[in-house]
Amino acid sequence: MNLLVAVLFLPLLGFLIALAIPRSSAGGSRVWAMIVSVVTFLASLGLLFWFDRGSNGEQFAIDWPWITTPNIHFAISANGISLWLVLLSTLLTPICVLISWRAIQNRVKEFYAFLLLLEFGLIGVFLAQDLFLFYVFWEVSLVPMYFLIGIWGHERRIYAAVKFFLYTMAGSVLMLAAIIYIYNRTATFSYPAILDMLASGRLIFGPTEQLWLFLAFFGAFAIKVPIFPLHTWLPDAHVEAPTAGSVMLASVMLKMGCYGILHFCLPLFPSAARACAPWIVVLAIIGIIYGALVAMVQPNMKKLVAYSSVSHLGFVVLGIFSFTLLGLDGAVYQMLNHGISTGALFVLVGLLYERRHSLAITDFGGVATAAPWLSTAFLITTLASIGLPLLNNFVGEFLVLQGAAIAHWQWAIFAAIGVILSACYMLWLYQRVFYGVVREEVRVHLPDLHLREWAAVVPLILMMVWMGVYSQSFLPPVTRSNARVLEQSQVNVSLRVQSPAPNPHPLTPVSLEASNAR
Amino acid sequence: MQLWLIPLFPLAGFLINGLFGRRFSKSVVNAFAISSVLLSLAWVARVVLSTDLSVAHTEHYFTWIQSGAFTVNFDFAVDRLTAVMLFVVAGVGSVIHIYSIGYMAHEGGYYRFFAYLNLFMFFMLVLVLAANYLVLFIGWEGVGLCSYLLIGFYFDKKFATDAGNKAFIVNRIGDFGFSLAMFYMVKHFGSLDFATVFHQAGGASGAVLTTIGLLLMLGACGKSAQLPLYVWLPDAMAGPTPVSALIHAATMVTAGVYMTARSWPIYIHAPIALDVIAIIGVLTAFFAATIGLAQNDIKKVFAYSTVSQLGYMFVGVGCGAFSAGIFHLMTHAFFKGLLFLGSGSVIHALSGEQDLRNMGGLRKKIPWTFWTMMCAAVAISGVPPFSGFFSKDAILIAAHHHAPWIFWLGVITAGMTAFYVFRAMFLAFFGGYRGQEHHIHESPPVMLVPLVILAALSLFGGFIPVPTYLGKFFPTVVAPEEDFVLVAISVVVGLVGILLAYLMYVARPGLAGAFADNVRGLYTLVYNKFFVDEIYGAAVVDPLVSGSRAVLWKGMDAGVIDGIVNGVGARAQGIGGVLRLIQSGNLRSYATWVLFGSVLVIVAMGIAGGMR
Repeated sequence: MNLLVAVLFLPLLGFLIALAIPRSSAGGSRVWAMIVSVVTFLASLGLLFWFDRGSNGEQFAIDWPWITTPNIHFAISANGISLWLVLLSTLLTPICVLISWRAIQNRVKEFYAFLLLLEFGLIGVFLAQDLFLFYVFWEVSLVPMYFLIGIWGHERRIYAAVKFFLYTMAGSVLMLAAIIYIYNRTATFSYPAILDMLASGRLIFGPTEQLWLFLAFFGAFAIKVPIFPLHTWLPDAHVEAPTAGSVMLASVMLKMGCYGILHFCLPLFPSAARACAPWIVVLAIIGIIYGALVAMVQPNMKKLVAYSSVSHLGFVVLGIFSFTLLGLDGAVYQMLNHGISTGALFVLVGLLYERRHSLAITDFGGVATAAPWLSTAFLITTLASIGLPLLNNFVGEFLVLQGAAIAHWQWAIFAAIGVILSACYMLWLYQRVFYGVVREEVRVHLPDLHLREWAAVVPLILMMVWMGVYSQSFLPPVTRSNARVLEQSQVNVSLRVQSPAPNPHPLTPVSLEASNAR
Repeated sequence: MQLWLIPLFPLAGFLINGLFGRRFSKSVVNAFAISSVLLSLAWVARVVLSTDLSVAHTEHYFTWIQSGAFTVNFDFAVDRLTAVMLFVVAGVGSVIHIYSIGYMAHEGGYYRFFAYLNLFMFFMLVLVLAANYLVLFIGWEGVGLCSYLLIGFYFDKKFATDAGNKAFIVNRIGDFGFSLAMFYMVKHFGSLDFATVFHQAGGASGAVLTTIGLLLMLGACGKSAQLPLYVWLPDAMAGPTPVSALIHAATMVTAGVYMTARSWPIYIHAPIALDVIAIIGVLTAFFAATIGLAQNDIKKVFAYSTVSQLGYMFVGVGCGAFSAGIFHLMTHAFFKGLLFLGSGSVIHALSGEQDLRNMGGLRKKIPWTFWTMMCAAVAISGVPPFSGFFSKDAILIAAHHHAPWIFWLGVITAGMTAFYVFRAMFLAFFGGYRGQEHHIHESPPVMLVPLVILAALSLFGGFIPVPTYLGKFFPTVVAPEEDFVLVAISVVVGLVGILLAYLMYVARPGLAGAFADNVRGLYTLVYNKFFVDEIYGAAVVDPLVSGSRAVLWKGMDAGVIDGIVNGVGARAQGIGGVLRLIQSGNLRSYATWVLFGSVLVIVAMGIAGGMR
């Protein structure tokens, strides 16, 4: 039995047992969810401890045959990227349990059961090394989120849940088709096996074939990220979702798309990915600026944060498609950063909602007087989100923009505008909610943080500082894995153009054209 | 050498007061806040006096960011330029911290104020100690944050928080340039370390260096409030007066000058960038001085004066007289810090009154404030042998050597400077008292001692041999000959400015009003600061906000994209009419179907797996 299996199945076990807890014992469900999520988190810390930081390969690999025809395996493993995404999931789940403690009062049992099922699905997505298994987890994670929004959401929850579901399904159907196509070509779903075939030249996707397969995968991931113009499900889903749903959605679920692009699209379809990169980068940059501008004029706090996510994730996509190590590292770091700081923003917005029962910015004002510590926590999160140095987002944004600048100077110029705009919308939000003369309703209804809320907020703030000051705790495994991703995409490219191109300068990307020129 | 101790003390002060200050008494807050800065100053003295600074002394702490071959280390370095900056920052910072004890005594949020002030010291010291551009950028953004927090210190007042936002966002525009400069450096030099970049700068192409130089300059224009990004600084006066003195006059706003001077190895190979700096500097100096002529808020006068004086420093750097620029940075920290602290003392005495029209005759009532401010006034007006005379003339002579028109514009500005400073002095301290009946009291000693210290430095700071000290650090690009005629011209123009102010505001008080009436149109234009804020608002801010709302959000997002999505949805619904039976519109039934479907899939797979 390997630790990775334990980390993956603990939430599922927790889910099954949670179903057996009597409906009358709401407290029991809460405590159980707390115990399971904390134990899972501790187990995932074990992963961190035993993870070999010197290697760039897949670790804790398990490959059990599951279904013979078609040949589907239960194959999971962790690398320097998925390791952190798993830890992000296991860190945020107990925090979601904490912040839902009082906010969720009806169907408590089902709520926590779904939360644990969601954790199972998310972890599975990041670990699966069998394409079909990956697809199963991809869909499994969709179901609990659909219910979290649809049952515990706000007024327009049905519309939002259905929109979320249909958008995602539309994408994943394409991906399923592509997976099945690949299976027909290769007779295997095993991702490492397929990569081996590609590397050795036994499997070559023709240019058109590769393009279509890439687009099918990328479509599913792009919706999940979301990349402009496929983002309109996100604001609705966030606004209607309960706080815990928003947190898991923004912090972890959106990373499924980013991770998918990085983990599957680049190594499997390198030529297509490189060919499409300029177009995708344009969409990413539009997303960065567009998301920021639309965020600026939102009257609803959650919607504002949702659009800011569109902007932030544009940086991730930009980093990935810069095809530079810096860009990839920045993208992964930004995935984690966004998980921490936007997760914290949703937590804090949720706390405001719990107190004031409104998400409209105009219903607030002067919160800094009524709840100074809550305001301080929000301020630190805001500063992290707008990329202040020594807080987490700065490191990611810097690497992404630097990577983009190395690839194409103009990309960095346009993308950096987003950094200006992020200050505009976040500071304006902060001013309207927290500053100003404290209103009577605010003073009465807004007590400061209490112990349970402190416990949810402080870990996130500590992570912001830690990740911002000492990125060396996190980046080295990421760099190794990203170097491998780049190498994989390189090997395949050079096979096609019949000329391996050694990189003369470590910082400049080896572009397809450069290899062609040789 | 433990350079890290220098910023660590204020950081500790910030953390202690920030986390626990609410439970402390004021004297405990003071103890932590003041001692941390004094310890830092003491450590600066120890470091500087015990180290041979003719070569840079670098300390490596840890790797901050590493990706592949690219590394940014958290390193500090100290050399002669850093030493001067450290003394200015820690020295003036300590004095202003002490002053704040008295000034803030009756204000709410006492611990918060000192926590922010200590945090500012931390970031400012990191800024000057940085051994690479990215660590410098930590300080750069950090001081911007503290500036934002302290401008909006009275956060229940909307104009204060508006000013804070404006400061942060305008600075972000400058930081945009700074960031791009760093990206460009890494692209071409593969590093952000000063040593590496400067070492390679000599061999790089002129176009690359000019691009980097201009982008860095954009950053400096934001931080040091130069055209066209100066607009945030006058509004920044919404913060408490010690903040205006420390952050918005003496230290933070000079960071842009420091950064450009620090980057001299890039700039000496980018003459176009240097020219642009000099031109922007002199235009800013002139432009801000004209606005300063007609302001009635005592702090606004000095705010525009700061913008103008920063312009001088830019002229110095732009003309290649780096040490003169830094010298003026130092003397300016003394006399402008003093002018602000003195205004604070005036405002304190009048319980919050800032309008010069409601002052007058305060000379007798608050003599210490008057006399110390007078020292600063003669210093800034360039009267020999006080500090401003030396530094400003060094800049002007270099400007003459570089391009005579810059010198002449600078001299005219010097005349206006003398005029508006003495106008403010005369309006506040001479004539009869024009305000409401009020008990006017001199400030407590804890505020007066800092005034006296800075007065002494304003008077005699010109004799501190900074130019010679830095002469060994900066290259001698220009060798400005001591031209007696040029010096005489600028001194005379300054004296004429003082005389004119005396004539208009003391000898013949009606003259100013009559003069303003004669040039009503021009006066209105200047009085309203050339309507620059209004123009920016109408040309940039409003279109951006309303365009985002109407076109992007309502039009694109809700209209076009969601229109298509919902249209597809509706079409699908039509096709799916046959599936009406399961489409009950009831959430629970949807839920059941989805769950049923997924369970079915999973179970089917499990069974299939079991049958293998």
